[in-house]
Amino acid sequence: MIKTSTKSNAAYAGFSTRGIAIFFVAAAALPLLLTPYQTFQWTMIIGYAIALLGLNILMGYNGQISLGHGAFYAVGAYISGILMEHFGMPYVWTIPCAALGGFVAGFLFGLPALKLENLYLALATFGLAFAMPQLLKYRALEDWTGGVEGITIMKPEVPFGLPITQDQWLFYLSLFVALLMFVLARNLLQGRIGRAIVAVRDHPVAASAMGVNLVMLKSFTFGVSAMYTAIAGALSTICVQYVSPDSFSLFLSITFLVGAVIGGLATLSGPVFGAILIGLLPNFAEQVSKSASGAVYGVLLIACVYVMPSGIAGVLASLRSKIRKPAIPQSSISSEETI
Amino acid sequence: MKQQIRHLLPTLIASVALLPLAAHAEKKYDPGASDTEIRIGNTSPYSGPASAYQEIAKAMGAYFDKVNAEGGVNGRKIKFISVDDGYNPPKTVEQTRKLVEQEKVLFLSGSVGTGPQLAVQKYLNVNKVPQLFVGSGQARFSQPKKYPWSMGFNPTYFTEGEAIGHYIASVKPAAKIGVIVPSDDAGKDYMRGFKQGVSASKQAKIVAEATYSTTDATVDSQVTAFKAAGADTFFDEATPKFAAQGIAKAYEIGWKPLLLLPTVSTSVASVLKPAGLEKSVGVVAPAYVKDPSDKTWANDKNMQAWHAWMAKYNSSASQTDPLAVQGYSIAELTVEVLKRCGDNLTRENIMKQVSNLHGVQLSMVLPGIEINTAPDEYRLFRKFHFQRFNGTSWELFGGLIGE
Repeated sequence: MIKTSTKSNAAYAGFSTRGIAIFFVAAAALPLLLTPYQTFQWTMIIGYAIALLGLNILMGYNGQISLGHGAFYAVGAYISGILMEHFGMPYVWTIPCAALGGFVAGFLFGLPALKLENLYLALATFGLAFAMPQLLKYRALEDWTGGVEGITIMKPEVPFGLPITQDQWLFYLSLFVALLMFVLARNLLQGRIGRAIVAVRDHPVAASAMGVNLVMLKSFTFGVSAMYTAIAGALSTICVQYVSPDSFSLFLSITFLVGAVIGGLATLSGPVFGAILIGLLPNFAEQVSKSASGAVYGVLLIACVYVMPSGIAGVLASLRSKIRKPAIPQSSISSEETI
Repeated sequence: MKQQIRHLLPTLIASVALLPLAAHAEKKYDPGASDTEIRIGNTSPYSGPASAYQEIAKAMGAYFDKVNAEGGVNGRKIKFISVDDGYNPPKTVEQTRKLVEQEKVLFLSGSVGTGPQLAVQKYLNVNKVPQLFVGSGQARFSQPKKYPWSMGFNPTYFTEGEAIGHYIASVKPAAKIGVIVPSDDAGKDYMRGFKQGVSASKQAKIVAEATYSTTDATVDSQVTAFKAAGADTFFDEATPKFAAQGIAKAYEIGWKPLLLLPTVSTSVASVLKPAGLEKSVGVVAPAYVKDPSDKTWANDKNMQAWHAWMAKYNSSASQTDPLAVQGYSIAELTVEVLKRCGDNLTRENIMKQVSNLHGVQLSMVLPGIEINTAPDEYRLFRKFHFQRFNGTSWELFGGLIGE
């Protein structure tokens, strides 16, 4: 059950924008304090945040479930890898190409699939995630994808002779892309299209009566969502300098779902919290117990869902409003809806 | 430490020049080594779909426990840091960097998986950190010219395919062969090696080639096609499930070829029993390690020591798990290399020692299959002993085949 409403979105978004601004300033200082390994780890987390933002636009704002976003992550990652490996394209330019590829892939997949309602769409996307690793190993594509061996790309160089390490440069590059994508998402969601996206989630019939083309809008949202995830995939290829089918198992899609939900749906800050969680929680679970890391991870997830049913962002927002207006319980949440 | 070495350098050079023997007494350490400890890193899938492979690292840890209990290597205790990568390459990169940069391991040993280990191969080679005894038959882990810091453990697919081809050429010079391989890189490597091996006999001919993919339901049609093509020899290069199907189908259609299996599909429990033990009589396969479930080794001292170690240090594992044999062997070889390094525990010296092994006989490797490496030869296992299934267990026969 996800508690949201148009009103609360506005409140959440307002909070999130400022919160995210603070977060990005703080994040910019991180590489100066961290070891190279930790910098790499946080670079990956920034990538996850972009992917989760994409999934959040789809699930949180548009009310559609996807269990297959790992597949779009793979599309972005491979577009980036193939363009660098076979066409010698500079790595930065592969990011917009991956974005375009992701959007087209998402839009085309969405067009027929989105006639399906909730659970059926979830199942269709699940099929996509299921098929992806084997499609990438497919023989006819092997000259491009490198088969099981995958693609090892050249080390991305630090440009303009900047006095920073490669890890720091990749961190700042990812941070810049993330900032751009978060600002774009905020503008999209606060505008006319954003209202239509939310309206489709809250009441499709009413939205349709208001002149919203449901199929086109849903496909568009799916495309945008896939585009975000593909951009994250491209960043992962650049940072990891390697891409292979094993990287995009079904579990990746599930991990994204976990991050999006626990971070907080229909908020802009949720993906950030979700990314930190999925980036660090497995390591934490492993430290608690290596032989039962799965059990620890699972129990922590259950605990998160019970304690924070509206996600980390939701808890923070309600805490914040409780401090401001202790008299009004549940802050501005005015309606309930189940996805 | 580095500072100290720098100060010592002139003295060292002088002593090397004047007293070559005295230089051996100097202790030299890279990160991860000290007077009391040697830190070894490892990534393995403790979670996720490939988590069965964690048995390799578990066995390694259990072996090092035993070594430490007996006083360690040259007085140093081994600290084995094995972390979970879920068989997910980006995670492998993250965890490997953690091991190298944060845990400061001296080198990596026994990490698992073609994809995950390819992902970190470049990083480790650029940073000159030994990536030893990788659990994969991928040729890229045995290419010292390109990747001097990487060494695989398993026989390469090419080498094994070649040995099997060679065996057929020698026992059945006019063989008409049907061969099936999986439609992936490993399969292609096997096939190239196999053709190379078969070419030793001019009359031997491959009359039918086929592939399968892991999504296929069965390999029945391929096997039927082999019979129709008039093949009298069948190389069933498939993973356990498909290998079993191949054996069963050949039997059902009344085709009685000389049937060969790859090393990955020789388990009695997961291949021959599902296929039918009576249908598997006469099947031939190469081997390089001892099978703990094989009665042949009941009185073998090394095997008894292995069982005793399993019961004491690795009791939670299946007591006949071939992956535990692999982990044990990797750890045994790792310790052997460290012993040879003496007090010179630098990454460079480790690679020097590991690429100059001569006549090393591991206790769970078949007698006569010794490890010989050279700076331009990183493949640990290039010879195989062939074995035939008699309806209840495998029987070794003939001599060693391979280079």
